[in-house]
Amino acid sequence: MIEFHLHSRSGVAYYVQIAEQVRHAIRAGLLRPGDQLPTVREVVASVAVNPNTVLRAYRDLDREGLLTMRSGSGTFVAAPAAAAEEGALYAQLAGELRRWIATARRRGADERTLAALFDQVLHETTREVAT
Amino acid sequence: MTYALEAVGLGKRYHRTRALDGCSFRIEPGRVAALIGANGAGKSTLLHLAAGLLRPTEGTVTVLGRRPRDQAADPVVARVGFVAQDAPLYPHLTVAEHLRLGRRLNRRWDQATAEHRVQELAIPLDRRAGRLSGGQRTQVALTLALGKRPELILLDEPLASIDPLARRQFLRELMQATAAGGVTVMLSSHLVTDLERVCDHLVLLNAGRVQVAGDIEDLLDSHRLLVGPAAAGGLVLPGVTVVHRSVHARQTSLWVRGRPGPLPPAWQESALSLEELVLAYLAEPRAAIPTAGPLEAAS
Repeated sequence: MIEFHLHSRSGVAYYVQIAEQVRHAIRAGLLRPGDQLPTVREVVASVAVNPNTVLRAYRDLDREGLLTMRSGSGTFVAAPAAAAEEGALYAQLAGELRRWIATARRRGADERTLAALFDQVLHETTREVAT
Repeated sequence: MTYALEAVGLGKRYHRTRALDGCSFRIEPGRVAALIGANGAGKSTLLHLAAGLLRPTEGTVTVLGRRPRDQAADPVVARVGFVAQDAPLYPHLTVAEHLRLGRRLNRRWDQATAEHRVQELAIPLDRRAGRLSGGQRTQVALTLALGKRPELILLDEPLASIDPLARRQFLRELMQATAAGGVTVMLSSHLVTDLERVCDHLVLLNAGRVQVAGDIEDLLDSHRLLVGPAAAGGLVLPGVTVVHRSVHARQTSLWVRGRPGPLPPAWQESALSLEELVLAYLAEPRAAIPTAGPLEAAS
């Protein structure tokens, strides 16, 4: 079972934080295929968040194939295919990002600049996708 | 659709003072709505009208499909839980006596759950209400309101007089009740940060008027902060409404509704937190979001 931690000042929507924490737990092996996630009631009882926020996060992950929501019995980590795929993709992207950061550091960029640059480019591309 | 709470042109006057004026909004069942506004904005008046404790001067308020005062037809008041500010209890009665009173006054009373809640919170049943802490008092008041098995629960500044730990515990309890289903919540506060994570709907009151009402995700999605140079004369933003603007020496900040297209290179765009959104509107009392879709005229 995992415990969620929500940050109010991060600027990241709560449902996104929950979904991200589930993804992370799957990648890190803290949650394995077949494991049950805390029920919506359990989550709201521990972190005082709107139940619809938890549902939305679970539904998004269900749509992505990472979780399976079974009405009546609960929400479970999906069969390995989707989770493994997610893990492999994550490892590959992390590798690329590591190389990019190493290059940028060698050329004198500091942490703040890198974070700001990443945010800005991410934001720009998100907008391009949206329009 | 039957709304849990619907106000149409709702107004309330006390003698010559206008406490509420032309308020219109709707809350769908199952929502947790934040009623935000400065002290004196009309939050308590609005909640008292919804609870059937006051009669409107103008317009209508409909609760679970009925006017709260039409008690002869259907005692809608029995389906509404109301906790007034500072959680008033009878100081000389014990917690157990309050529960007994709740059982006697409410037909749908759920004694087992009420007792269970109080025990779980480690509140002694034989303690007189006058000797409870602020947090315990608020919890007992919430227990009494939930014990009615209400379909709508109205809470007037429930967090104002309790410490952060009790606050978190109170909100956890409230969210558990919401997750169990079948209940709509409206709670008022003059602080946004307390409500941000538990509410999915916002009603912003400013000097007796509804300035913003809607789904919080939608609101955050449709507002942006744009920061750029002060010499912004040439900036044209089609499809975007400037809610609030502030200009410092060389910098302009614009709080806007609508998604701007590509911005000139010197401009930066960012999302707003709920608090920033509320503050932007409060700074501009005349800015208001047009209500989505026409509200039906009061019948």
